[in-house]
Amino acid sequence: MSGETPLLPARAEPMALTDPASGVRRRSVYSDAGARFRSMGSAGLKILGLAVFAFLLFGPLANLALWSVAERWYTPFKLPVSYGMRYWEVVFRPTGDAMASLATSVSIACLTVLVALAVSVPAGYALARLKLPWRTALMILFLLPQAFPSVAIYINVARVFYSIGLTGTITGVVLVHAAHGLVYSVWIAAAAFAAIDRDLELAARNIGASPLRTFFTVTLPLAAPGIMASAIFVFLESLDEFTGTFFVGVPQVTTLPLLLYNASMGGNYQIASITALILLVPSVLFMIVIERFLKADVLSKVGQ
Amino acid sequence: MLHGVSLSVVPGEFIAILGSSGCGKTTLLRTIAGFQKASGGAIRLFGRDVVNMPPERRGMAMMFQSYALWPHMTVLGNVGYGLRLRGVPKDEIRSRVAKVLAMLNLTGFEDRKVTNLSGGQRQRVALGRALAIEPEILLLDEPLSNLDAKVRIQLRSEIKALQSRLGFTAIHVTHDREEAMTMADRIVVMDTGRIAQVGAPKEVYDHPNSPFVASFMGAENTLSLDVRPSGSGVEVRADEAPPALYSGEVPVGPVTAYFRDDVASLDDPNARVDGSIVLPGNITQRTYPGGHYRYVVAIGNRHFTVTDDRYHELARPVGLRLPLASLHMFSNNQTTGGNHA
Repeated sequence: MSGETPLLPARAEPMALTDPASGVRRRSVYSDAGARFRSMGSAGLKILGLAVFAFLLFGPLANLALWSVAERWYTPFKLPVSYGMRYWEVVFRPTGDAMASLATSVSIACLTVLVALAVSVPAGYALARLKLPWRTALMILFLLPQAFPSVAIYINVARVFYSIGLTGTITGVVLVHAAHGLVYSVWIAAAAFAAIDRDLELAARNIGASPLRTFFTVTLPLAAPGIMASAIFVFLESLDEFTGTFFVGVPQVTTLPLLLYNASMGGNYQIASITALILLVPSVLFMIVIERFLKADVLSKVGQ
Repeated sequence: MLHGVSLSVVPGEFIAILGSSGCGKTTLLRTIAGFQKASGGAIRLFGRDVVNMPPERRGMAMMFQSYALWPHMTVLGNVGYGLRLRGVPKDEIRSRVAKVLAMLNLTGFEDRKVTNLSGGQRQRVALGRALAIEPEILLLDEPLSNLDAKVRIQLRSEIKALQSRLGFTAIHVTHDREEAMTMADRIVVMDTGRIAQVGAPKEVYDHPNSPFVASFMGAENTLSLDVRPSGSGVEVRADEAPPALYSGEVPVGPVTAYFRDDVASLDDPNARVDGSIVLPGNITQRTYPGGHYRYVVAIGNRHFTVTDDRYHELARPVGLRLPLASLHMFSNNQTTGGNHA
């Protein structure tokens, strides 16, 4: 940049003004070298930053992958002593615990999505479109389950559920997961509805559609991508949820994270790693999908 | 906010509601459509009051500035939506949509996505969607203002032609004076929630009833004049100019005259023309926009723009000639109700 200074007196002027003692030419030589050094330095920093980021992101994953194929691995060896797919076989055996808890996890996640959508679609529409007097308070209400330490909440939830016979049932776990996921689904659904231009609905009303018909033929299809994204968030949250399931579901309901917990507490790192890798698959897949569904116009309305 | 707006529209008429932004013209249109609840008053449609009727039962169709086409439907889906609501069988929808699209020069566009169309095509699809239900009243909410000039002028005449062919009533909201003038049978000029003037385009243009309407219709130059009775007519004086005799009907006393650039012409500074006032001044600027020259003439400390076919040197003393018949004069003593000169 400063190499151009002799050609651009207009830009050189302020430089000379800031330091009238030094000549323009000498300055330009110094800052030329300085700029080159800085640009090299910044490129180096970028590479270093990326490397640290990649290590932090992929280091633990590589460790998981390694553990999942390590049949024997003990100190002082830096790498597994022998490799094999024995534990994968154990996990994927049809009678195995892992498959059963995977099925439990997925069905709980699906039910949670249904419950969350049943609340978030009407609630999101109301929050986005109607003039509600307690709008902000309602939005915060859905945030509350996330705002307090979850252990404190779930201990009380477990006590209440116990007294009404919901502990150890799928229903109980689904309710806990749904309460947890509602903040995402309601906030995102409200944003998805708010992002729809009102004129699109008015155009339908105008040529003869009833409010309900307008909602199902115009509003809902247009909000669908955002609602899809919120459903995916809820699904992933449910799949991943540990604390609530632990307090409400144990011992009858065993989800994948609980299995992982049991395996790693029992020192069975292979099973734990494979379970963790299984849990990773839907997350990665859905994240790719969400990235396509959640558009900037919806994201900009979240929490408004 | 609307205040005491009263307007009746004859079936088959093309009405343009003209006003600057925030004057209530869009509010008026949306209240007619039923999108906004009226706090009082009545909207009568062929005799029945629709003020409490939801928009879907008013039998109107609207074109929006934003097009408001549904991006998740094809052209067929958009245009055929109203027919689908009315339970028209699928084959008939297809043939009726094809007919509408043919009318709009969009034949064969049925299965296109509306997101892949140009602005002009989108607005035509929106027009098709509105016309497909054969509405009694078409409401136009500045539908042309997002389009580029060429498409806008083309669509203007297309809408006008369709209106006279199909005979629907149209209420068109716009801030574009030329658009209102070329399309409408009657123009409604609105000012801060009130109707300032209603009349045929020529009437509103040539005989504005208030300074607001005059300046809104383009007569933005003002000049203080003094009008005194003299013989059978009046004598009109300006500060800088010799008095001019005039026999037309004008308010007497101190008046403000409003005029458009194009009524002024250049003349000799000492010329005396009956029925015209000649203001002596100097040319300070000359531009050539094409076809004719445009001059800026300084009179006292004021500047007026005037076009003239001839070439004049700068700094030359000239006379700015204003025919009194083309000035809109309003008495300074009362703000409204002034007579037109």
